[in-house]
Amino acid sequence: MALITCRDVSFSYDGNAVVSGLNFEVRKGDYLCVVGENGSGKSTLIKGLLGLKAPSSGEITIGDGLRRNEIGYLPQQTVAQNDFPASVREVVLSGRLSGRGLSPFYSREDKMTAEKNMSLLGIRDLRDKCYRELSGGQQRRALLARALCAAGKIALLDEPMTGLDPASAKELYLEIEKINREESLAIIMVSHDMRSVAKYAGRILHLRNKQEFFGAAEEYADSDIGSEYMGRARDD
Amino acid sequence: MIEIVAEMLSYAFITRAITVGLLVSLCAALLGVSLVLKRYSMIGDGLSHVGFGALAVATAVNVAPLAVSVPIVVLAAFFLLRISESSKIKGDSAIAIISTSSLAIGVVVISFTTGMNTDVCNYLFGSILAMSKNDVRLSVALAAVVLSLFAIFYNKIFAVTFDETFARATGVNAKLYNAIIAFLTAITIALGMRMMGALLISSLIVFPALTSMRVCKKFKTVTICSSVISIICFLTGIAISYAYNTPTGASVVLLNILAFVLFWLFKSLIHVFKGKNAVSST
Repeated sequence: MALITCRDVSFSYDGNAVVSGLNFEVRKGDYLCVVGENGSGKSTLIKGLLGLKAPSSGEITIGDGLRRNEIGYLPQQTVAQNDFPASVREVVLSGRLSGRGLSPFYSREDKMTAEKNMSLLGIRDLRDKCYRELSGGQQRRALLARALCAAGKIALLDEPMTGLDPASAKELYLEIEKINREESLAIIMVSHDMRSVAKYAGRILHLRNKQEFFGAAEEYADSDIGSEYMGRARDD
Repeated sequence: MIEIVAEMLSYAFITRAITVGLLVSLCAALLGVSLVLKRYSMIGDGLSHVGFGALAVATAVNVAPLAVSVPIVVLAAFFLLRISESSKIKGDSAIAIISTSSLAIGVVVISFTTGMNTDVCNYLFGSILAMSKNDVRLSVALAAVVLSLFAIFYNKIFAVTFDETFARATGVNAKLYNAIIAFLTAITIALGMRMMGALLISSLIVFPALTSMRVCKKFKTVTICSSVISIICFLTGIAISYAYNTPTGASVVLLNILAFVLFWLFKSLIHVFKGKNAVSST
């Protein structure tokens, strides 16, 4: 049973289809990379998977005991967050809110989960530091820890490496791979970094306003679209 | 000093003003943190103008001012929020339209009834004499609602303020909490407006948050620090206004400005010292 199944799904804004013909599934422990040019419908798909946007046709099924509020999400960096007075601990803890329901305060278990995820990402020493004073890489780790707090079985990462220097990006990739393997947490990552996609992804979903490719990373490298796209990315 | 305070407290209208003012300062400071960080500060300003229109109408038809202004301002708050979210008209222009319209309606209504007199001045810049006994009772009750809802939803307000998309993605009903913030803001403004003045009340929302954000680095400490600053500024402001016979609302705002400048200087000094240490240690 798959965690997420998309059948003939399309999304549109004001009647104009942005992306259509989506047929894929995500299973436990998968590492799926979503690739494609800007405006190819990647971010729309992420919104759809999070339940923030309803598909205009087709069906997204959630299964294998996954609940919609158990999807961890690492959004693209927004400007507003950068001057926000909040400690790392406050940010990470807020990932547990979805499981809180109506009860107003965090439980001991919530706090322990937050501590665990901060240790996992190596930012436990920064817990009382101000979020806005962290480096780009540390901020991304804090947001990833928050996503893990919300994640039961799957995490959606929307261009997690944007704005990071190559060394921090590599560290974060290794971290994500480790979590994917050890916690068998399914990862869906939107990325433009084709070299790392080729290195870490288990499966690849290529969008160009429709689904161009879905399958194992090795097959993708051999396919026409894959070799073309990866070749182009290498030339850049 | 103590004599002045004792003298002030011997007047019933001043104790009423202090009771309401303290509660309003506290509520405004708490909500202000979220509003400032969400870039919604202008909503506070827009709502106070709506409140001016509502007050004018209430006086014209001769009913209790709060009974009219609270529901109208709450409605306007929801309306403004809806407009900001739908993004067909941008939030800031919507606020400009609504606040000038309310001012115009208010002024016309006043000119038909009492004429342009001290009443108008009192609405715009506040009057310490505005609070009746019933107003105080209603204010205490509403302030209790604001404070308890804020405490209950504190964590959710943090999440929705920090990152609305993430909050919505993990199943937090962001629209509901935005509506709660707008609702509480509307009540606070309607309560504080007559004492602080329609043109000045929004400073109670904006200043304490901005001041404490100079120095504090956690959401919790910013929230606590804002409330303390707001209360201190209000109490000092009303004492100064009594001692030197200055307008109450404006005096409180001046003290808020003073606090902001002091915190800003303090932060700059810390920066300079840290900079020097960093240079000397390398």
